[in-house]
Amino acid sequence: MKTFVFFGAAATAATLASAGFGAEGDTLAEVKARDELNCGVNPGLVGFASPDANGNWTGFDISLCKAVAAAVLGDSSKVRYVPLTGQTRFTGLSSGEVDLLARNSTWTFSRDTDLTLDFAGINYYDGQGFMVPRELGVSSAKELDGATICIQTGTTTELNLADYFSANNMSYQPVNIESNAEGEQQYMAGACDAYTTDASGLAATRAAFANPQDHVILPEIISKEPLGPVVRHGDNNWGDIVRWTLYALIAAEEYGVTSANIEELSKSSENPEVQRLLGITGDLGAMIGLDNEWAKRAIMAGGNYGEIFAATIGEQTPIGLARGLNAQWTQGGLMYAMPFR
Amino acid sequence: MTDRAPASHDQPTFRLSMLIYDKRYRSLTFQVIVLILVMSLVWWLINNTLTNLANLGKDINFRFLFTRAGYDIPQQLIPYNNDDTHLRAAIIGLLNTLLVSFLGCIAATIIGVAAGVLRLSKNWLFARLMTVYVEIFRNIPLLLWILIIFAVLTEITPTPRAYRGEDGLDMVFGVIAPTNRYTAIPAIVAEHSPGVLQIGRLAIPWLSIIFIGLLIAAVLIRRWLLARAQRIQEETGRRPTTWWITLALFVVPPVALWFLFGLYLEVPELTGFNFSGGINLDNAFVALWLALSLYTGAFIAEIVRAGILAVNKGQTEAAYALGLRPNRTMNLVILPQALRVIVPPLISQYLNLTKNSSLAIAVGYMDLRGTLGGTTANQTGRELESILLMMLIYLAISLTISGVMNIYNNRVRLKER
Repeated sequence: MKTFVFFGAAATAATLASAGFGAEGDTLAEVKARDELNCGVNPGLVGFASPDANGNWTGFDISLCKAVAAAVLGDSSKVRYVPLTGQTRFTGLSSGEVDLLARNSTWTFSRDTDLTLDFAGINYYDGQGFMVPRELGVSSAKELDGATICIQTGTTTELNLADYFSANNMSYQPVNIESNAEGEQQYMAGACDAYTTDASGLAATRAAFANPQDHVILPEIISKEPLGPVVRHGDNNWGDIVRWTLYALIAAEEYGVTSANIEELSKSSENPEVQRLLGITGDLGAMIGLDNEWAKRAIMAGGNYGEIFAATIGEQTPIGLARGLNAQWTQGGLMYAMPFR
Repeated sequence: MTDRAPASHDQPTFRLSMLIYDKRYRSLTFQVIVLILVMSLVWWLINNTLTNLANLGKDINFRFLFTRAGYDIPQQLIPYNNDDTHLRAAIIGLLNTLLVSFLGCIAATIIGVAAGVLRLSKNWLFARLMTVYVEIFRNIPLLLWILIIFAVLTEITPTPRAYRGEDGLDMVFGVIAPTNRYTAIPAIVAEHSPGVLQIGRLAIPWLSIIFIGLLIAAVLIRRWLLARAQRIQEETGRRPTTWWITLALFVVPPVALWFLFGLYLEVPELTGFNFSGGINLDNAFVALWLALSLYTGAFIAEIVRAGILAVNKGQTEAAYALGLRPNRTMNLVILPQALRVIVPPLISQYLNLTKNSSLAIAVGYMDLRGTLGGTTANQTGRELESILLMMLIYLAISLTISGVMNIYNNRVRLKER
């Protein structure tokens, strides 16, 4: 028996052998040496991350990968997208397979601490909801007692679902699925009465249906799901780069810096904070190991936060999400970039 | 080394080169070298793992097993809810693995023996059909079979709500409802229930215990009857008829129970979203079980065929010459001799089936891989610990199956006296 434990440990060790390399090392130096950013993304959630017919990835999360690549490598196309499921995402990150995880991941205590990951910020404030076919005649999640519900395993939504139903003294039958695509297929086949995931994910999934109006997203939001990019714990400089790239996008919207007027503003802006952000004055880039135009390139990659939102998941897109909580703090939302000084 | 003076006449001095050039030492030398290499590889791997874990700020810790699991599992053989620990969730998964493996082994054996024997049948149609079955299942990966059967079950069958209302679908025979989630079948319930045996949170109906007890008793009595018949036949040459006693043994107790407790079939009924009353057999379970049985059955068929072909044709001819009918020849002469060829590879097939059951992940059946190695590992981030535990558990299951089957093998193998 003992020998087998050894070999067990040995085999697992082999898979982990590459792990330490990424975790230990300097991610910025590695990315620069590789001249490519490995970005972990959702394997397919329209609006957030999905490949088109030509294999080009687009979406809200993809834009963040591009912004980081532009800031670090000077070229927003130098990204290798690694599709990771709910089950494989954190292993993929901690094993060094990806440098950055931009994949609708909820910031929770145990992920931040026990999983030894760092959340670099929030790019979407979300909450968990339910979607049901309209013909079912259900108008509230409270009416779902006894229902069969499709749920992605290994997610926070799985735990919230269990809590919500026991708190409301209701029962349900879970159907465990691996990815959003599988959930969509099972839900459409009628193998489950309701599909639950983050409300933004539901909207994105519904937008991809042939007849979106046949499906209702129920009003109950049963949890807080702050979604954001994740990096490994320990490489603080890399964490800073991702965090401040995200803040640069958010701050750019607040100060009215868009991909259209950025060239002009970088010559003429009177606002000292904009000047620091765009690298005209100050030395912010050097403080995180980049040049001074890093933020300018990040914003030029896909526009500021508001532009990205509008282009990928906003009300003018098929996904049709309102800004809601994700509006700027000046507009009554929660988006708030820390000061650039 | 260069000192050539012999220590004694028949024992030449030991020289270092003899480790390689002398046959007496060579094998030993290589074994020592290989052992050192293997041990250093193992040491390197373990050391590397521990270093990397330390770098990631992680440790090896099994305390997560005793924390709240927080997730639900579709199929549970013993009570479980999301307030239970990860350990209990893992046990639920283990029981699901054991259930599908056990039922799979039984079904695969029945299918395999039947197909193997029929493939050698003189009936052209049967023999060809079995050839087609064996070749199709043996040559297409198991994962595809699981997915195909699952897809058929979910895509072809109606949703539960299709059975609702006046113009809804009719149930098969009025009692069975196949749906795209599960097959709802009736349950046997008692009007005057003798109650349940409560062990902790586990409630076992006395009725099932009584039934299983009677079944075991019937099997034992039948065995004793056959032995007695054999003895009488050997002493007097006449074999007493036993078939009606056997029949009674298996028919009378259920009928008695039927009257005593007022048994009836509880027909599943559509309440709300799903069927209740009766038993819902999950499609994931059915798909996995069917696919495992049919796939492994094809291999067992080949093993059985090989075993039968290994028995000398003279045995059949001799049996015929004694006036035995083909049926009895197969049961009394051929199969017992074929078993010694069949059983050892059969053990491997049982092991394969059990290990292959971890493909359950493809259809969302929550087995050990789905609970401990899936959700638990993912929610707690303890992948290494979970994988180590899973490897240990699968190893233990495999060694147990192997051990039990080897005992059986010792009983049926050719005894040389």
